Amino acid sequence: MNKYSIFSLARNAMSHHEKWQRAWRSPSPKKRYDAIIVGGGGHGLATAYYMAKEHGMRNIAVLEKGWIGGGNTGRNTTIVRSNYLWDEAAQLYEKSMKLWEGLSQDLNYNVMFSQRGVYNLGHTLQDMRDIQRRVNANRLNGVDGEVVDAAELQKRIPHLNCSPDSRYPVLGASFQARGGTARHDAVAWGFARAADNLGVDIIQNCEVIGFRRENGEIQGVETSQGYIESPKVGVVTAGSSSVLANMAGLRLPLESHPLQAFVSEPIKPILDTVVMSNAVHGYISQSDKGDLVIGAGIDSYNGYGQRGSFTTIEHTMTAIMELFPIFSRVRMNRQWGGIVDTCPDACPIISKTDIKGLYFNCGWGTGGFKATPGSGWVFAHTVANDNPHELNAAFALDRFISGALIDEHGAAGVAH
Amino acid sequence: MLLIECPYCGVRDESEFTYSGEAHIVRPLEPSALSDKEWADYLFYRSNPKGLHREMWYHSAGCRRYFNAVRDTVTYKFKCVYKIGDSQPNLDELSSSAKHPADVEAK
Amino acid sequence: MKRIPNGGRIDRSKPVNFSFEGKSYQGFQGDTIASALLANDVKLIGRSWKYHRPRGVVGDGAEEPNALFQVEQGALTIPNVRGTQAPIYDAMVVNSTNAWPSVNFDVMSIFGAFSRFLPAGFYYKTFMWPAKFWMAYEHIIRQASGLGESPRESDPDHYEKTNAHCDVLVAGAGPSGLMAALSAGRAGARVIIADEQEELGGRLLSSSELIDSKPATKWLEETLEELASLKNVTLIPRGTVFGYHDANFLTIAERLTDHLALAQRSGPRERLWRVRAKQVVLATGAHERPIVFGNNDRPGVMLASAASTYTNRYGVLLGDSAVVFTNNDSAYQTALDLKASGMSAVTLVDARASNENLIEPLKAVGVEVINQCAVVNVIGKARVIAAEIQNLSDDGKSIFGAKQRIDCDIVATSGGWNPAIHLYSQSGGKALWNDDKACFENGISVQDQVSVGAANASFSLVDCLTEGAQAGRSAAIAAGFNTKNTRIPGVSCSAGTDLTPLWRTPTEDPPGRGAKAFVDQQNDVGVSDIYLAAREGFESIEHVKRYTALGFGTDQGKMGNISGMAILSEALGNSISDTGTTTFRPNYTPVTFGAIAGPEIGENLSDPVRKTAMHTWHQENGALFEDVGQWKRPWYFPKLNEDIHQAVDRECLAVRNSVGIMDASTLGKIEITGKDSGDFLNMIYTNAWKKLGINTARYGFMLGEDGMVMDDGVTIRLDENRYFMHTTTGGAASVMSWMELWLQTEWPELEVYLTSVTDHWATAAVAGPNSRKVVDSVIDGIDFDKDAFPFMASREGLLAGLPVRVNRISFSGELCYEVNIQANHGCFMWEQLIAAGAKYDITPYGTEAMHVLRAEKGYVIVGQDTDGSVTPIDLGMGWAISKTKDFLGKRSLERSDTARKDRKQFVGLLTDDPKVVLQEGSQIVNNASDQIPLPMLGHVTSSYYSACVGRSIALALVKNGHQRMGDTVYVTTPDKGFVSAKISTTVFLDPQGEKQNA
Repeated sequence: MNKYSIFSLARNAMSHHEKWQRAWRSPSPKKRYDAIIVGGGGHGLATAYYMAKEHGMRNIAVLEKGWIGGGNTGRNTTIVRSNYLWDEAAQLYEKSMKLWEGLSQDLNYNVMFSQRGVYNLGHTLQDMRDIQRRVNANRLNGVDGEVVDAAELQKRIPHLNCSPDSRYPVLGASFQARGGTARHDAVAWGFARAADNLGVDIIQNCEVIGFRRENGEIQGVETSQGYIESPKVGVVTAGSSSVLANMAGLRLPLESHPLQAFVSEPIKPILDTVVMSNAVHGYISQSDKGDLVIGAGIDSYNGYGQRGSFTTIEHTMTAIMELFPIFSRVRMNRQWGGIVDTCPDACPIISKTDIKGLYFNCGWGTGGFKATPGSGWVFAHTVANDNPHELNAAFALDRFISGALIDEHGAAGVAH
Repeated sequence: MLLIECPYCGVRDESEFTYSGEAHIVRPLEPSALSDKEWADYLFYRSNPKGLHREMWYHSAGCRRYFNAVRDTVTYKFKCVYKIGDSQPNLDELSSSAKHPADVEAK
Repeated sequence: MKRIPNGGRIDRSKPVNFSFEGKSYQGFQGDTIASALLANDVKLIGRSWKYHRPRGVVGDGAEEPNALFQVEQGALTIPNVRGTQAPIYDAMVVNSTNAWPSVNFDVMSIFGAFSRFLPAGFYYKTFMWPAKFWMAYEHIIRQASGLGESPRESDPDHYEKTNAHCDVLVAGAGPSGLMAALSAGRAGARVIIADEQEELGGRLLSSSELIDSKPATKWLEETLEELASLKNVTLIPRGTVFGYHDANFLTIAERLTDHLALAQRSGPRERLWRVRAKQVVLATGAHERPIVFGNNDRPGVMLASAASTYTNRYGVLLGDSAVVFTNNDSAYQTALDLKASGMSAVTLVDARASNENLIEPLKAVGVEVINQCAVVNVIGKARVIAAEIQNLSDDGKSIFGAKQRIDCDIVATSGGWNPAIHLYSQSGGKALWNDDKACFENGISVQDQVSVGAANASFSLVDCLTEGAQAGRSAAIAAGFNTKNTRIPGVSCSAGTDLTPLWRTPTEDPPGRGAKAFVDQQNDVGVSDIYLAAREGFESIEHVKRYTALGFGTDQGKMGNISGMAILSEALGNSISDTGTTTFRPNYTPVTFGAIAGPEIGENLSDPVRKTAMHTWHQENGALFEDVGQWKRPWYFPKLNEDIHQAVDRECLAVRNSVGIMDASTLGKIEITGKDSGDFLNMIYTNAWKKLGINTARYGFMLGEDGMVMDDGVTIRLDENRYFMHTTTGGAASVMSWMELWLQTEWPELEVYLTSVTDHWATAAVAGPNSRKVVDSVIDGIDFDKDAFPFMASREGLLAGLPVRVNRISFSGELCYEVNIQANHGCFMWEQLIAAGAKYDITPYGTEAMHVLRAEKGYVIVGQDTDGSVTPIDLGMGWAISKTKDFLGKRSLERSDTARKDRKQFVGLLTDDPKVVLQEGSQIVNNASDQIPLPMLGHVTSSYYSACVGRSIALALVKNGHQRMGDTVYVTTPDKGFVSAKISTTVFLDPQGEKQNA
């Protein structure tokens, strides 16, 4: 593998960049792998990377039906934070945060993890109680955070409308300084390149169309490129999890919904942090390229169409205008949609299934991007050891039977 | 932007309606006789198909009646709407009768 | 000024003065910023995004990548205005973007010198060491990126929206769109035709062709006159159809004032049309694409069609000499146009072999034609000085021979045409590659839609007119109208569009050496970047886009994307159809945030404000308000100089010691009638209802099917088959829908009717030991004796002759009467009660005092003390759960985790120091000295200083709390410390309930 650095960049400039190697190979599938990861998004590639790196599994493949990073990895608004309320969620996302903090160096790929801080706004007294509760819980879980009042917020984000005259005035916010954004595509590419370097086969344009199983054990997968044998199959196909589960004869407590986002035209830097509001429903940051990146609420209906309804966009836009009236004359350049699997408790499923050797990692709802490294790390452990890591033990499917839900939306009202 | 036919009021814009999830999930008559697993299946597990989906809509800003529909979750096109209590349409018949043009090989 | 003496769409009698980069210029009415600057011989108008190379105008419409301007200043400023479409007006202030201190001397152009170190994706490969420096690197990168500046003040303009339905929506008012509108309009169909340009007409505005033996513009004028005369046709100039959604829902952004001088502007700035169309005709035309060659970004290199437009439509003399470089027939007209404008030398370089028929007319006017050659390079930096051409091999894959230099002021280039299939693609259709025409075109329609003319890859004028007429007629028929054929006007000659694909001039060296050749000028994506991406394994067009930023600019790749795909195919050795195109997403062109938000901002935010009948009284009496759901509720009523604590203490003491009055109108109220109402309530609530006496009230919990508390409230049986339910303020609407859901879907056999009556009643809670005297003094017809009207009873009476219902229920634990009256008498009732209470110093109190009073009694507030994970058993209210009947959520309470005995449970907390008031949301631990992560027992849900109890009190959810009475726990404090407290019962006052039963 070419090592990336300022020196290799300079050296290659001298040879007109003609000597750069492929970032990852384009292998044909082997007949058999020790493990297969279905889904070449950030989570799937991260899973393969950590299986190779942490568990020494080298004969593994990632199967992607289209192009890697083409699903929600390349469609989200790139927010990273770990200030979740419940212990189980906070510890999982904090693991992810710690991985983010060294990810560029670990992967030798600049994923542009930018710890510019994340604000979650409160607009009602109850919002503020919930914010206090969450920040206090974060403190005891070792997650950084502080509560900021409206006056302080106005100083830190001068263009935020903190006027008491707005429909739902901003009363304060929680702030996680270590939160921020990352370059979403680079996360997929960085994991792919690093996994490939450890021998992982990344096979694009390879759609899984069925599972073979015998005596309750997985045998392999049928794909558009033929049958591939493997005793372990981990499925990480956000948006399509139910479809894959159905192929294996399983049902999941999931519904797939469109989630939309949009960007403005590029403008000069004006917002150097991330601002999220659950109450008025919008969140915003500015990319390094200058686009304002804005996320909308989820569309209510089930949908696999990677598009939602215009009213959802309009509603989000009113929220953004409420928070940042100065952007009224800026223009929206492009909008798009992804498909998110939503779980009843707004927490993921990272779990073994009733079929031995078949594992599912799904249900991230609107919040999957930030978990990418951590999700891959615990799922790699789960698949490699046929047993969950203690960080994801609580995220097993049996919680829906016992009732031991980890209700993040019921509790904190903060998604994304 | 969906256009939805309420079986009581006619065709209206999506913004008049509230989506109410998968249809025909019948509440067990004797919940106490169910195992935790069977109860969880009723409570949380959904078919969530990619394709035709029987689902419930609520004309919340109109006649406030719930009704059922079959809609394609990929094209978002409604195949039919029917009243609560009407028999379930046969999905196989619906899917063969009207294939989405995008699925047919192009010109 | 460089103008042709006459002709075009500009009004030479109306000069317009404007400034660019602080310097004054003059144009004419009808000019765009781009045409006016070109007419002033300003060729360098901006700097590129990454390398800060000098850039000029390339196109004449939405495809323009370079001519982006900052228009106006201060609150009115607009970033990234596309100068090819923005008209000038008097005193307009225009500045370039992305250049400092000026476009002519740009400090950042130093990046150009280092461009070889900045290939596509260079940032992924560096800035990683030392790790903590990324934030500093990023800061510098951010400063260098972005285009224009956002305003820094609120927008003084406003925006509106309109909903419209039509039979036929026509997008684009060029020849095909106009014909479609004409034939559908004549049939009587309701037609909306919108076009993004200042004037309707599309290519006809710059055409030198004849229609019905008249100049095209004359035919246009007559057609527009007829369309304007049809009442069923709506014409929307300056209206961009930018989104095509499901079920033929389309969005149009209409610009209303941006073309006017500032002083002439009034009314909304933009209007967003939300259109449902029965049929849609897409007549969006096509974008010309350039041929890519070395230094093809130099100011003065432009599209051939743009050169024709500036010449014919805007009367600009683009220079004294020109080179036109083409691989197709359409640019021959450009050569004629430029020659006719008065240029002394025009040379047409055609990559193809010579064709006498084409060449003849050019030779006749003195245009030199050179065949089987290609422009390889452009000389000049801030403007074109000359073009260099070389021989092209027959297969178009190599160049040979000596370079020939042709001095010129502009290089006009045409590589063919890309149909504008953006809206088609948005509609769900799949684009297909057409090998003959070398373009992506629309496939099968997936909605009630048809594409016509150039948008349908039918480029000739006669085809445009014919297809438009047919489509308009078919659409009208499909929408239910009868109509005859519309006559197709005759067209003099129709230039051909024969083409031999040539995407870039081949180079002797591999891409990456030699002169930079740009594919996407806005994002500085060159041929070498695409080759680099392919070399590094980015093979999917989506990867290449994302890796190089191809097509991510404000032009959304209208000029460069297809060329980029073709060049990627070349690099990969694939066919273009295998490489495939990307999906076009809304918006077609960028749309103002304000227009999408519309008028629903600020006080008009889509969520309406709800106020009670007594709201004005509260305001006049100094109340501060709290948002609860959509309602504004009085929070507390401070007297002079009182802070919230003093006011709340006073309000609470007044209730406990004399009498207080609270506006309880916002609580949800639902009337439930029908013979099965009791059975229904038995399923909805956890407790039993059928034995409740008439005119008696009962408290109930409502659970979700997951067993968690969803809502609570008091319901009164008014009659055998009639109940009056109270819900929480925020839960009213969802409870109503919830009950409807069960009634309509699961138990349709039950005869039960639900009516929301929240807004019908105004409610005053009169609470305190003196409350009986107050209500008794103003209400007739009710015996207020404590035994005749006991706690949890309901009575009807009269207040000044007006019917009232009085419920003796209490959320404060005091003797309390809730008086309900028809809402429009609410304020009158309130004033009567205030007057009657004056002698007891009746004190209005708000939600904060209400919270304290109920906390003193340990009453739960759903949503504050519960969070969606709490059961009634957790709340210590298992008594409210019926053991004998089924109810919604009951089964869930028996699940293994939900039935655990050591769940988080609702308890009181008393700090060891009675003066310390815990912070709501504090977390609770067993041992403050443990290491982080510290196991948490639960959290403080409510906490107050209670003036009545004389100390602080708190409510909390604590693991196994019901078994831990008296235990000491530690609670977090805002200064990151802990404070000790003891677990207690939730009732801090009057445990026997003597006060409410008094």
